[in-house]
Amino acid sequence: MDSTVASTGTEGKTWGGGNRPLGASYGKLMMWFFIVSDALTFSGFLAAYGFSRFKFIESWPIADEVFTHVPFLHGQELPMIYVAFMTFILIMSSVTMVLAVDAGHHMNKSKVTLYLFLTIIGGAIFVGSQAWEWATFINGDYGAVQTKGGNILQFGEYVTEDGKEKFKRISIDDFAMTVEGQRVEHERKNGLWFVDEAPLPEYSVSEIYNGLAANENILVRTQTIDENGQKTVLSREESLKQVKDNGQLVVKGANLIVNEYGTSLFADFFFFITGFHGFHVFSGVVINIIIFFNVILGTYERRGSYEMVEKVGLYWHFVDLVWVFVFTFFYLV
Amino acid sequence: MAAHEHKLEIFRGLWKFKSNQQKIWGVLVFLTFVTAIEVILGIYKPDVLMTPLMSPFEGGFFATLGNILFSPVIYMKLLNLIFILLTIVKAYYITWDFMHMRDEKGSLRKMVVWTGVFLICYLIFILLQEGGYVFEVYNGDDSLIKRDF
Repeated sequence: MDSTVASTGTEGKTWGGGNRPLGASYGKLMMWFFIVSDALTFSGFLAAYGFSRFKFIESWPIADEVFTHVPFLHGQELPMIYVAFMTFILIMSSVTMVLAVDAGHHMNKSKVTLYLFLTIIGGAIFVGSQAWEWATFINGDYGAVQTKGGNILQFGEYVTEDGKEKFKRISIDDFAMTVEGQRVEHERKNGLWFVDEAPLPEYSVSEIYNGLAANENILVRTQTIDENGQKTVLSREESLKQVKDNGQLVVKGANLIVNEYGTSLFADFFFFITGFHGFHVFSGVVINIIIFFNVILGTYERRGSYEMVEKVGLYWHFVDLVWVFVFTFFYLV
Repeated sequence: MAAHEHKLEIFRGLWKFKSNQQKIWGVLVFLTFVTAIEVILGIYKPDVLMTPLMSPFEGGFFATLGNILFSPVIYMKLLNLIFILLTIVKAYYITWDFMHMRDEKGSLRKMVVWTGVFLICYLIFILLQEGGYVFEVYNGDDSLIKRDF
């Protein structure tokens, strides 16, 4: 079973590259080495996420409250559903990949072509889904006020649903009261011509405060997790006091600097880890497309071996493997 | 081109397949099943699973050592422990059946798995231990850091 492409003329010799103790070709072995090192990179990221989470264990955002959106189902809180769909897509594309490898073992060119094509489609759907997930996360939904200490104050009210009292979030858009005479964004044409300013937040803290003061039902929720695993809701007086004394900035959505869902580290790790994973998926799709065309052109047919599909397959499955862990540590635990 | 050998049984021989394709679909069914369990548990979060199995040991050096050794059942909610174990189960079947680790030589298998598992466990232990320590520094009674303002 000689699946290596080039023959070195040293087969069977102890020295000089023959005699394979691990029973795998050079290319496959190197792919395994790469996978081990890449696995260590990803576990470094995930362990760093764990470090930061342990550091702020009492105020870390609850993932179920962050990732609740599903496309076309606007306004419904459906945690887990969308990410479960993404996981299934990726596992499914792993299956088509392994079927392509299997068809390659049988030198069945048309089946390899079909399964590789399906794999590429699956990868593209996954990357697209991730882009949507990012966009939703960046745009945010309810908005919040950031304090001088960098903590996040969120808003909501107690409502009774099915006989149970629960805290329901309220968007800042629904209660903020516009105050006349707020400062406007500085532009080159009306101020210093050599200075730019980032866009101002949609509301100022005093607008939020006025809205809060006018609506008796609205309470502030801090990022501190109580003994029941829920975020702490402040009393009415405390709520007003917190926003008035400590409120500094109105945030909506998340980026690398602010995060309406809680500590900004959460957003940083989310962007970094899912971004790095998404980059792997993207490069996987590109490599898949390259070998897809090679398969169509008959390169591997002439070579007499579809081992290249197998090696790229190893990479593709690894990307799936990493996602399984990202899924657990970002969305479940 | 010789035929490629595949080991066609999973769950230690409990489930045997007639062909490699069938095994692939079988593994897909299993992985989907495990993911479905995770999602259902994640949505409903049964109250029984929301506490750790054991409470921490009190006392001196050996209690601390025991707390470190049994940390997954002492400091982790049962639900989270189940999630992590199910994840490792999924990782096993992806590696063994999709990446054909089952069909590789034992030496290759050990080279990849033992190296990775050892280094990752070490890294996780160090970083989580340190993260917990920093939490203590931030939130202890004699803490000099104030963040709630």
